[in-house]
Amino acid sequence: MPSAPAGTLYRGREGMWSWVAHRVTGVLIFFFLLVHVLDTALVRVSPEAYNAVIGTYQTPIMGLGEIGLVAAIVFHAFNGVRIILVDFWSKGPRYQRTMLWVVVGLFVVTMAGFLPRQLMHIFGGN
Amino acid sequence: MAATSPDLAAPRSPYARKKVTRTNYELYSWMFMRASGVVLIVLIFAHLWVNLVAGEGVNAINFGFVAGKWASPFWQVWDLLMLWLAMFHGTNGVRTIINDYAERDGTRLVLKLFLYLAFTVVVVLGTLVIFTFDPCPTDAPADLLASFCTA
Ligand code: HEM
Repeated sequence: MPSAPAGTLYRGREGMWSWVAHRVTGVLIFFFLLVHVLDTALVRVSPEAYNAVIGTYQTPIMGLGEIGLVAAIVFHAFNGVRIILVDFWSKGPRYQRTMLWVVVGLFVVTMAGFLPRQLMHIFGGN
Repeated sequence: MAATSPDLAAPRSPYARKKVTRTNYELYSWMFMRASGVVLIVLIFAHLWVNLVAGEGVNAINFGFVAGKWASPFWQVWDLLMLWLAMFHGTNGVRTIINDYAERDGTRLVLKLFLYLAFTVVVVLGTLVIFTFDPCPTDAPADLLASFCTA
């Protein structure tokens, strides 16, 4: 296999960094999914086993981790739509940079809605 | 030098694309990433809303909560679809990444064997859990179960 020279930046700028972020979030979500199916499988062991493990998801530390996970999914989902538009919409490639800022804007709005809610759940007790 | 000459095209013959693969596997995989992505947005966002945002959010999740959802075929099918699509989408994505970075044939082979093993275990286990789940196990304390178990 031909190998690429190390330490190069492909074009750089928004196009490359959004691709890097899409890749990193995709892998992160995938590994969480593997763990998440295993923890859910504990419902087949016993109610006690499931409740014990899901209880750790309700601690403040894990609550903050869930924020990171939701952020990863929200970015990956919105940027995924951007990728699809770049591929299938005739003007997609021309507006790829504008669409990235739309993705970032929608991301901020979505997280602004989720954050207070989640912080209330993990620190406010309800 | 070898006695036979290499296979050269006749001078000035038009460019002919050489077919190097027999199937369109990568094209279908590319299409699948996009199609499954669109469906996953709906499946996952509703999943996060119901389990993390609505009501008491993550604090409400326990055995009884799961039993309440999977007592309904609606959520069984929802979660099954989400499991299968996300696992195919994620596994296919990681396959691409392995192909991109693992340059030695042996490394690629080993990494993909692990990947497909994880895929098989998680999909089979997850599917069995959804369909063999008993929302009201008889040997469990009643206060851990959904209210409809005792009603
Ligand atoms: C929420 C809805 C989702 C959308 C709209 C979406 C969309 C996409 C798209 C369009 C691609 C690009 C594929 C390509 O370039 O050929 C992709 C790649 C990927 N996705 Fe998703 N996806 C979603 C959810 C997920 C989930 C749940 C996982 C993990 C289980 C995941 C893991 C990945 C991975 C690992 C890649 C490969 C990244 C790469 O090749 O750089 N995605 N996704």
